[in-house]
Amino acid sequence: MDVLQKSSERIPLSQRPEYADVKPVAQDDGPNPIVPISYTDEFRETMDYFRAIYVTDERSLRALQLTAEAIKLNAGNYTVWQFRRLVLKALNADMNKELDFVDGIVERNSKNYQIWHHRRWVAENLGTDLSTRELEFTKKILSKDAKHYHAWSHRQWVLQALGGWKDELAYCELLLKDDIFNNSAWNQRYFVVTRSPLLGGLGAMRESEVTCTVNAIMEHPENESPWRYLRGLYRNDTQALVKDPQVASVCLKILTAKNNYVHALSMLLDLLCHGFQASLEIRNAVYGLSDSGAQGSDLVKVVCSILELVDPMRANYWKWRRNMAPAQAAQCLKDDGLTGLSL
Amino acid sequence: MESSRKARGTKTQEEQWMVENDVGQIYSSVSSIPPNAQSVFLEIRRDNHIQYLMHGLNNLGPSFSTLDANRPWICYWILHSIALLGDSLDEELEHSTIEFLSRCQDPDGGYGGGPGQMPHLATTYAAVNSLITLGGPKSLSSINRGKLRAFLLRMKDASGGFRMHDGGEVDVRACYTAISVASVLNILDDELTQNVGDYILSCQTYEGGIAGEPGSEAHGGYTFCGLAAMILINEVHRLDLPCLIDWVVFRQGVEGGFQGRTNKLVDGCYSFWQGGVAVIVQKLHSVICEQLGLSKVLDSECDSESYHDYETSDISDVEECTVETSCPLGGTCHRRKEDIGVDFISNKRAIAPIFSSMHLQQYLLLCSQEGAGFRDKPGKPRDHYHTCYCLSGLSVCQYCSSADADSPPLARDILGPYSNLLEQLHPLYNLVLDRYYEAHDFFSKF
Repeated sequence: MDVLQKSSERIPLSQRPEYADVKPVAQDDGPNPIVPISYTDEFRETMDYFRAIYVTDERSLRALQLTAEAIKLNAGNYTVWQFRRLVLKALNADMNKELDFVDGIVERNSKNYQIWHHRRWVAENLGTDLSTRELEFTKKILSKDAKHYHAWSHRQWVLQALGGWKDELAYCELLLKDDIFNNSAWNQRYFVVTRSPLLGGLGAMRESEVTCTVNAIMEHPENESPWRYLRGLYRNDTQALVKDPQVASVCLKILTAKNNYVHALSMLLDLLCHGFQASLEIRNAVYGLSDSGAQGSDLVKVVCSILELVDPMRANYWKWRRNMAPAQAAQCLKDDGLTGLSL
Repeated sequence: MESSRKARGTKTQEEQWMVENDVGQIYSSVSSIPPNAQSVFLEIRRDNHIQYLMHGLNNLGPSFSTLDANRPWICYWILHSIALLGDSLDEELEHSTIEFLSRCQDPDGGYGGGPGQMPHLATTYAAVNSLITLGGPKSLSSINRGKLRAFLLRMKDASGGFRMHDGGEVDVRACYTAISVASVLNILDDELTQNVGDYILSCQTYEGGIAGEPGSEAHGGYTFCGLAAMILINEVHRLDLPCLIDWVVFRQGVEGGFQGRTNKLVDGCYSFWQGGVAVIVQKLHSVICEQLGLSKVLDSECDSESYHDYETSDISDVEECTVETSCPLGGTCHRRKEDIGVDFISNKRAIAPIFSSMHLQQYLLLCSQEGAGFRDKPGKPRDHYHTCYCLSGLSVCQYCSSADADSPPLARDILGPYSNLLEQLHPLYNLVLDRYYEAHDFFSKF
């Protein structure tokens, strides 16, 4: 019985026979409340009736209906949601219908923690294979907002709790084909590559992922996402990053092209700080970007100086990096047992 | 149609270009005004903001029904903003506030979103911070600390994180709100902090920032929460700080403001969430050196006298310091949990800002500031949340170049007239510093 089809059709609770014995409980705001909200009559009445049911802990069908009405007026009321869960359990309610209920209200309230948490709870309780339905559900949300934070979190939870990994990497690739700048899709890609039980794990996937990522970088060197992803592929294995010829190569290509090279320089700086020995080609490419006669001096210093000029928003950061780097590089040489060799 | 759209740009690029255009128009119209007249545009419209805030405190329209489970938040956003602007409430309003928040307090501990609502960690954080912002023994003693601690313990989850409320979601926000409240009320102990560090650590992503849950995307709000919580439980050394720093500095865009995530749009509120992270990190230099395996702390970095001479500091001035003497925040030290908040703010050893304070101030004053109140970006409506976090971001900018908490900022570090100077805040709790000190003293007595 949905009495909220149109607000003009709403029958006040005081006039509904099924609630005749309920004595509404007013909000205890006190005599001089602050941040007082001018509730509509509909809102005030609904919450007064909810409070009555809540206080007596009545877990009935009419209680369930009341929570639905309260939620539609304020989907952020976590107390109502929590009570609804208790009622659903007590009534041994049909959880599939509950998914339908959430489907019905998510469009207007998608940026709301409570809805997503409730959805997760329902899915957990269903126990049957919901993976497909939930992946479809999040896909629909993401088709309207490809970076929707809650939708992505829910999707990740579904994959880990209910499975369905088979098409996930392909889904990421589709999203990236549509918008290579979508960082959420890159993040999901990392999630799949590192956690999917169907793939071999980061070690097995790394080489092909590096190739993909380098291609994305070449397409748009100014796109920060693939650069961070590339570093991510070598998380906890910096020496492998330093030694990967694909990494040095993409930096060289972009520095030589002299266009949108901030991230390339930043990557080069990181490599140098971890003991990377720059080739003559790379050195020359860097010197080619600097108009001062910086040749022959410390490459790290030159890189930082260029960055201070071409990436002025982060000038302070590059200065700090410039000051930190020599000690870092010296430490690297020490770690490699190369003390005594000059930089 | 499809191909011509792609020839222009992806959705991310188009949205970004539109914002750059809007912001660029504002900047160029201001810079075309003679410099003397410019200062009007750079002024904080203090009286207007206070009027807007006071009005909200006394009266909210029906559209606020969707915040009916968040009233302590509205309270905190307004009260904290008023305090940052250097103003305060009259006695009557103070009394009403304490009364109202008491009605939000659950008999078994914690605060809910309104009278009769279940206690919730976020609204608890907001209520406690509101009461501390009010200050005074009546306000502070209205907090039932014993019950609150019990509530916090009930919210602990097996994962190490905290649940927002009974049967609620677990995420990094919950960890921060619980830890922040416990810390500021001096009820933080090992039972509460156990495994929290593990959970937060698992939320640091490959990008360097911190996500809401393990696996999710690095995000400014959660990064602030995670970093602040780790510091308060004395485990910040476990985070990959160089990676975190690199991520956060790249969140400041051409507009001058911060974005919440990579390749997303600028938003005034991130001035605090991200700007706050950038400022917090200035005090973590010795921990960072430790992580990079550097036993020698670059003396020029820590010398407060050379703070403003940062650009000219000479690398050859390296001095040998041991980790113990130089790191008040290092993991090797065993400091009492109740001292962490105070030690953090009084630590004079800090590096110069790693972000562009003036550019951020420019974004806030010219793009976020409205006639009254602050907003996300041009074209978005003002609200109390953005007013709070834009002002918090402004304060953080104004004080980030001061070597220690006692010396006032120099005029050259304040954009606009010096009268723009706001109150200083404690970045770990986002409380006006004086109020934090008062609360710290009050709650350390018993």
